[in-house]
Amino acid sequence: MEYILIFIAAVFVNNVVLAQFLGICPFLGVSKKVSTAAGMGAAVAFVLTIATLVTFLIQKYVLDAYGLGYMQTISFILIIAALVQLVEIILKKVSPSLYQALGVFLPLITTNCCILGVAILVIQKDYNLMQAIVYAVSTAIGFALALIIFAGIREQLEMTHIPKGLKGTPIALITAGLLAMAFMGFSGIV
Amino acid sequence: MAKLKSTLPNMLLSLTLICLFAAGVLATVNMQTAGPIAAAKAAALENAIKEVTPEFDNSPLADAYRAVTSDGDSLVIYPALKGGEPVGVAVESFTMNGFSGEIRVIVGFDTEGKILNYSVLQHAETPGLGSKMQEWFRTDKNRQSVIGRSLAAGNLTVAKDGGDVDAITASTITSRAFLQTLNRAYSAYKGTDAGTGATAATDAVTEATEAAEATETTETTESTEKGGENE
Amino acid sequence: MSNLKTLTNGILKENPVFVLLLGMCPTLGTTSSAINGMSMGLATMFVLICSNAVISLLKNLIPDQVRIPAYIVVIATFVTVVQMCMEAFVPALYASLGLFIPLIVVNCIVLGRAEAFAAKNKVLPSIFDGIGIGLGFTLALTLLGATREFLGTGKLFSLTLMPEEYGSLIFVLAPGAFIALGYLIAIVNKLRKA
Repeated sequence: MEYILIFIAAVFVNNVVLAQFLGICPFLGVSKKVSTAAGMGAAVAFVLTIATLVTFLIQKYVLDAYGLGYMQTISFILIIAALVQLVEIILKKVSPSLYQALGVFLPLITTNCCILGVAILVIQKDYNLMQAIVYAVSTAIGFALALIIFAGIREQLEMTHIPKGLKGTPIALITAGLLAMAFMGFSGIV
Repeated sequence: MAKLKSTLPNMLLSLTLICLFAAGVLATVNMQTAGPIAAAKAAALENAIKEVTPEFDNSPLADAYRAVTSDGDSLVIYPALKGGEPVGVAVESFTMNGFSGEIRVIVGFDTEGKILNYSVLQHAETPGLGSKMQEWFRTDKNRQSVIGRSLAAGNLTVAKDGGDVDAITASTITSRAFLQTLNRAYSAYKGTDAGTGATAATDAVTEATEAAEATETTETTESTEKGGENE
Repeated sequence: MSNLKTLTNGILKENPVFVLLLGMCPTLGTTSSAINGMSMGLATMFVLICSNAVISLLKNLIPDQVRIPAYIVVIATFVTVVQMCMEAFVPALYASLGLFIPLIVVNCIVLGRAEAFAAKNKVLPSIFDGIGIGLGFTLALTLLGATREFLGTGKLFSLTLMPEEYGSLIFVLAPGAFIALGYLIAIVNKLRKA
């Protein structure tokens, strides 16, 4: 039950993009086509889950154990950067087809703030390991969901007449605002 | 000076040096700021306590103790003493039943169990709706205010649930959750005697378990109602 | 390019938010009021100036292949310094900006300027670039924060300008952030072309 609550809260109520403003750059950057959006969503889900797991263990068994809490930001970002590289190398060797699909997105992920954001949030919320993983997976699903819906809308937008001044980013942001409004309807269910 | 080539020893050396230097800087800054950070946190808490209790001359932070609520959680109580005599307490209470999760409140009681004042420490309620609780429940208008009310006669509930406190317009769930923090705070406090809490706290546990059975039924109806309203 | 030109470049021509569209997360996440937006901008500016200065100093000591991790370490160090100082001396502000302070590390602007400017230029121009871009960022965040605060609550820097009832709350909430920024960018685009 507790895990279901975390899941619903992270996917719908506090959607990582639309309510917490994390990962906006890829949200605006790679949302022109549904297929690329899906690829990005999958890549983020992959890295986010592994990164949360690793940073959680580092925090509990290294930083907390030696009173190095102030090294949190620096060690987390280094771990995430190293992890992204590692995933890229391993993927290339083990599953070239998956690498083909996700490869181009991987380098972009290091500076996706939802990865570092979730890693820090999990520590702040004082989750245990299982809760942390559930939270990471659901956040990633929420991210992918928002990204794919948004990409779908933007594909349609291409075909409509938009006032000249609003073309491009402005209309995309306003659309995102309307989407965020729709997601606000979920607030209060948990 | 020419740029260093990307050979393995060079790379290792420069990265190690940068990391060592970064660690050194951070350790120094951490040592410098650890004191002020702790002091700022203590000051914030002490200000909140001052706001909700009568004037005191002891250190409530040093005298703080934990007490058990009727539903089994433990809350921190800060006793306020003047010349060795108890004048009131501040109770740090919380609930997870807010519209957007946790609400943390510090509430002051006088020795007779009347609410002196409260302060919302932390919440994530909707700005402009639920977030009004900071002011709403101490505004003297209709039956909004909880200041001066005594919880000895029973728990505070919103008018919709048959109580006599007016809920925040369009934020019944937040209001319920807020009153719940007050009720919990009182249930933790009533078993303990301000000032000599350390010994009384153990008595409170037995008293609390007795009371738990009584309040448990109301608790469940409250939560089912909450679920119903959202549909 | 003169230092003055470097400075104004970041404010207008290459404004990180309105023109380059970088650093969107803090832009949207911390601008529920003008003062929050401004503080976030200043914190980012401090990190930008320091990291630009240090990176341009060290640029010859850092081999090319490991430059990104090296930059990240430098940036993360300054971010943590800002974080600890804010927690110590302005705890209320620290609480309201919350998660977005450590997230300055992954703000594309900071790493972007390190890579695009500081790694190629001398210390002094790099510092000016940091100030310029930082000011541009701060201005954008303050403007967005002020717009949202005014439309949402009728206040500006906590000063009441019109009754709160006339404000439309949605602008303080998440959707309003997107919509207000969308219109601001449209207006800036129009002004730049004119």
